[in-house]
Amino acid sequence: MSIRFKQRSIMPGFGLSFGYTLFYLCLIVLIPLSAAFLKASKLSWHQFWHIVLSPRALASYRLSFGASLVGAAINLVFGILVAWVLVRYEFPGKRVFDSLVDLPFALPTAVAGISLTTIYAPNGWLGKPLAAVGIKAAYTWVGVAIALTFIGLPFVVRTVQPVLEDLDKELEEAAASLGAGRFQTFARVLLPTILPAAITGFSMAFARAVGEYGSVIFIAGNMPMRTEITPLLIITKLQEYDYAGATAIAVAMLVVSFALLLPINLLQSWSSRREGKEFSPDAPAAVSLEPLYSATESR
Amino acid sequence: MSASAPSRIGQAQATSAITRAISEPAEVRWILISIAVFFLVVFLFLPLGVIFSTALADGIRVYLRTFRDPDTISAVRLTLLTAAIAVPMNLIFGVAAAWAIGKFEFVGKSLLVTLIDLPFSVSPVVSGLIYVLLFGLQGLLGPWLIAHGIRIIFAVPGIVLATIFVTFPFVARELLPMVQAQGNEEEEAALTLGGSGWQTFLRVTLPNVKWALLYGVILCNARAMGEFGAVSVVSGHIRGLTDTMPLHIEVLYNDYQFVPAFAVASLLALLALVTLILKSVIEWKAAQQVGGDFSGETNP
Repeated sequence: MSIRFKQRSIMPGFGLSFGYTLFYLCLIVLIPLSAAFLKASKLSWHQFWHIVLSPRALASYRLSFGASLVGAAINLVFGILVAWVLVRYEFPGKRVFDSLVDLPFALPTAVAGISLTTIYAPNGWLGKPLAAVGIKAAYTWVGVAIALTFIGLPFVVRTVQPVLEDLDKELEEAAASLGAGRFQTFARVLLPTILPAAITGFSMAFARAVGEYGSVIFIAGNMPMRTEITPLLIITKLQEYDYAGATAIAVAMLVVSFALLLPINLLQSWSSRREGKEFSPDAPAAVSLEPLYSATESR
Repeated sequence: MSASAPSRIGQAQATSAITRAISEPAEVRWILISIAVFFLVVFLFLPLGVIFSTALADGIRVYLRTFRDPDTISAVRLTLLTAAIAVPMNLIFGVAAAWAIGKFEFVGKSLLVTLIDLPFSVSPVVSGLIYVLLFGLQGLLGPWLIAHGIRIIFAVPGIVLATIFVTFPFVARELLPMVQAQGNEEEEAALTLGGSGWQTFLRVTLPNVKWALLYGVILCNARAMGEFGAVSVVSGHIRGLTDTMPLHIEVLYNDYQFVPAFAVASLLALLALVTLILKSVIEWKAAQQVGGDFSGETNP
């Protein structure tokens, strides 16, 4: 029998739902996205590379990628710690902390931006003590990293948390009965188990941070060559009516974020495979609504 | 009787030894909790705190005065209008996509899922830019639109479109795993018993996935009302006309009008808190529903 596009089914409504899905997807996402590539294709290769590799653009990539990496790394360490504490220990207010972990997803980025700036400004709640020890946070790359830490905070917590919850106590008991110390058990048994999920969360936080705009521009100071993130550079070029420049950098960013999608998807299937095989072989899929934004943002 | 008592004590001792062996000493636990709480307080509670304390710094009357400003009122109105269009559009799409992908097997399914997720991996600024490149003056359709007197960029339609783009995957994303997990058996039973397609969808599928649906709508709405980057590119920042609440916050903040800026921000922060509370409630309800299904009870 020849290969069919769709398997036979008695369920109705495939034509309508599939057709509408495809139509709406093309209308809202695919056609506008291809407009950017079409516009960029009007530039010659030479022009394209000249814009994309200009010193100002390179400085913005360094800041965007560097600060995103710092933010994601902070979230990797503290995310594992927070997930551990929320799953394993009891303390007053635990449920409130647990729910508030998602705040960076729910709080509009502009609101996050102005409040972080107010906190870390030289006369702010934390800016003042930091300034006293000689750290200038707001309007430097440190401020950018702080904002990117904030917006990436939920990713690692929310990817590691379910893995820790499903973890079989017997593994740890086995390690302990074989004479492993508590730290040894953590480093040799627990950490390798949660690592795939943690790295997935790390890369999601990184991917999200690279494109972030609203929460950063208030705290960054926005000085060309020094504290100008790549998305801001696109806006600046637009405001100067330099559409070609804005498009070229936007296409470069699109290519990078699509390139990040592949490793993230691979990581995700790797971690869900590990999880599935070792801990909950026949757990029903999607029992809880746990995936929340972690599954959504930048997957 | 007497023989079982010592063994029970022995068992209890063994259990406590195991518990000790697989948990940390109290002081380690205390230190870890403190670090985690400190981290969360600095990164989550302080930003929330500073919003409300700055908004109310000059008293409740100054706070309330912000909302009598016509520009603020028009920003609130535009934000509500944008969400009122974007959320239903993406809701209809999400239901259609979840039905097509969740209930049928076809070639290229995983590609379709990846494409639906695409807007999440695009920077908000780029999301706005692509509409400018399509509908703007310099854009592909720009000259035609001008000839016909249609304004999309620097006007409300552009804001709505950019918002639809950034919130595009939310409902589909939340609904799809639930629709897939439910399987087709219940629908097939309904169809065999003579139900029509729509009846089956409304009476069988919808009640099963209602919490996921609601959850997706709430997330979609929160993002639609709070979107900044994408909307900022297409809006043109015309005060009182094309400023949404987040854009109005930027304008006020850059004018050094900190109290009004944080007053408007406090509304969006409240929206975020309500979203988080609803999310907790829905998760609890959904867990209950799933629990009920497992124990063989039907949910009323």
